[in-house]
Amino acid sequence: MNTSMKAHGPRRASPDNSGTHAKPRCAATSCACSSEVNFKTSLLPLVVVAGAALLAVVAVAQVPPVTLINSPAAAKAPDADGFIRGWFLLEPIPALGLTDNAVQSIVKKEYFPEQFTVIPKDGNKVTVGGTELTWHSVETKNYNVNLFHFARALGKETSNVLFWAVTIVNCPQEMRDVRLAIGSNAASVWWVNDEEVIGIYGDRQTVIDDGVSKRLTLNKGPNVIRGAIVNGGGATDFCVRFLGADDKPLKGFTAGPGEIRR
Amino acid sequence: MRKMKTRYSLVVNCWILTSALALASIALALDGQVGIHDPSTIVMCDGKFYTWGTGGNGLVSDDGWTWRRGTNLPRTGLAPDVIHIGDRYYVYVAANSGVTKAAINLISTKSLDPNSPDYKWEEGGVVASSDGVEDSNAIDPGVFLDPNDHRLWLVYGSYFGYIRLVELDPKTGKRLHPGDEPRNLAINCEASDLIFHDGWYYLLATHGSCCRGADSGYNIRMGRSRKVTGPYIDQTGVDMILGGGKLLVGSGSRMIGPGHFGLLDLGDGVQTFSMHFEADLDRGGASVLDIRPLLWKDGWPLAGENLKEGAYEIESARTGTALELAVEGMPVGGRAGRGGGGRGAFGGSGAGRGAFGASGGARGAGPGAGGGGRGMFAGTGTPIPPQDVAQVSANWPAGKIDVRMANYLSQAQQKWTISAAPNAGGYPGAPYFKITIAGTDRALAVGDDAELVALPAFTGGPEQLWRIEQLTDGTWRIMPKSVPNSKDALAISAIGSSFATLSKFDPASDKHRWVLRMQ
Repeated sequence: MNTSMKAHGPRRASPDNSGTHAKPRCAATSCACSSEVNFKTSLLPLVVVAGAALLAVVAVAQVPPVTLINSPAAAKAPDADGFIRGWFLLEPIPALGLTDNAVQSIVKKEYFPEQFTVIPKDGNKVTVGGTELTWHSVETKNYNVNLFHFARALGKETSNVLFWAVTIVNCPQEMRDVRLAIGSNAASVWWVNDEEVIGIYGDRQTVIDDGVSKRLTLNKGPNVIRGAIVNGGGATDFCVRFLGADDKPLKGFTAGPGEIRR
Repeated sequence: MRKMKTRYSLVVNCWILTSALALASIALALDGQVGIHDPSTIVMCDGKFYTWGTGGNGLVSDDGWTWRRGTNLPRTGLAPDVIHIGDRYYVYVAANSGVTKAAINLISTKSLDPNSPDYKWEEGGVVASSDGVEDSNAIDPGVFLDPNDHRLWLVYGSYFGYIRLVELDPKTGKRLHPGDEPRNLAINCEASDLIFHDGWYYLLATHGSCCRGADSGYNIRMGRSRKVTGPYIDQTGVDMILGGGKLLVGSGSRMIGPGHFGLLDLGDGVQTFSMHFEADLDRGGASVLDIRPLLWKDGWPLAGENLKEGAYEIESARTGTALELAVEGMPVGGRAGRGGGGRGAFGGSGAGRGAFGASGGARGAGPGAGGGGRGMFAGTGTPIPPQDVAQVSANWPAGKIDVRMANYLSQAQQKWTISAAPNAGGYPGAPYFKITIAGTDRALAVGDDAELVALPAFTGGPEQLWRIEQLTDGTWRIMPKSVPNSKDALAISAIGSSFATLSKFDPASDKHRWVLRMQ
């Protein structure tokens, strides 16, 4: 397993992310939160250009991803409201555009080999445009996966970026007439078992069940859910669940980052 | 085929005069032979709708939209009423033998279809009468089965004295206690009827004058009571026995003098009511049958309106988002972003980042604060015309297009023309409609997967015909005439903020409730 996000011990969050000295501390001997995702403690300055007469320099401080924890490669039942909390997330790829056509173009571009079929493992790396990016196995504490927390904790850009997300849904039996229901900030496109099933576009906030797929069938055994989330500026996150034929949250399966075992 | 009858509002007439291209707001009246006076409550028998009026002449319809002459009652008289209890239809018919001397007779049958072997009328005798001296005129019966205790009641009377209440036997339709004195409920009205809703009994009666064509002042008013026996009080606190009555429906547009309320409950929380108008100005002032949605607000019924043809935003009452084609929208007036360029970020100045940059980042500076340009909120200075659908649609796919929902931005792919589908039949009160993107023939339909889709053109298939009914809260239910590969009656459902599907109508859910905003 790649250790770029391995735990090294507890951190104390910087007061905010505006200072240039917001370096989290580590105390390896008193780790009380070993399950939390660890992030490099270096700072990556980011220059943000403001208006014509205004330039602001903002450093992307690494702040603990308070809503995310390291997730072992284990599938779990969805939460009480049916949300899938365990995901593989790829570090962000620069991307610009939120309209239907722009997003479709962004997510259909091949950035790395087997982009639309890969089942990653925690720590796997890919190279995009000369930059090495890492897949991380995470679990969210909330109904939604906060990509802003994810990227910020890694010192990565959070605006004008593309995130890839993958999870495995394991069904004890075939499930018919279910729907993938997603919300995202901002646009996103989703695939179930390699078939594109839903896309939502524009600069939008995450709303539960914002985009809902047509009726589909989940196979008995593993099913691959893949999402591409494109953010413009500011916060970014997503939430995913399935709805049953009765439009209620689907239960009776497990999901999470893991291997496909047939 | 009969030509579908349309009705133009005065406002729309004026509008059309000024713009031949304007989308008309057209009300639709029942189709076919709808001439009747004092219609009975509409009842169904073996899939057909029946009503009878004064003189015993009957109307029948296969769908509640197109009507034709039916078989007359064997007993003729004034303003009959009918109710279906068990396996029998009980019809009450009144006749005057003097100015206020009258009797209400019962006749009954197992079927209303003259072709049925069960079409056998039986006389049931007099259930109420007035002797010509007492302060009542026993005509205009209205029969009511209390859903709470299944007791059967009859109200009757006209302007000569009181509206009265007697109890009937639900097993026979006959008077239950002939010796009991009738109970007085109201005065100064006629054509009374009772309904029950959410803990209240409502007495609906017709005020004003009848039988004067377009000079008839008929209007339907009501009071309510916690007990079927009254008192029935209007919204101002006046008892109907003192002449009170809250207006349900009066004359409007080209229809004059509504009277003789009759509830037509379609189930699943969809209610309509029948009445006649003394004069339909578009039909030469003839007295005609009409059916309207029955809404409820603050504990009182409201008369809804049947859908008018025109261009609409179809907005989910649940999500606030609107149906649209799943195509990339183009902002009305062209694309403008905060980043400036082109038309300018907000003011058309095209000065870099627009007012943000020019004013030193004062977002709240307000209109005109941008300095060199028109300012960030000043617009173009000239009216922006509606989006040209011919131009915008050039970028749409030629074949089927998915349908989704989004925030309404007055864009071409979000405006739907709802118009009566010719020769496609209908349902109580309205014809089947086609729903097309305004300015195009691209039609909303149900695909083979029981999901919404927009077809390149309307071809008249049942999966392209829509039943649009106003629900009791004023929102609308939208149902296809049929769903491919399914026998289920489904309605458009806002399952997500950005997606609509079809599912079985749930009266308790807002998923199936739509707001139609005329554009």
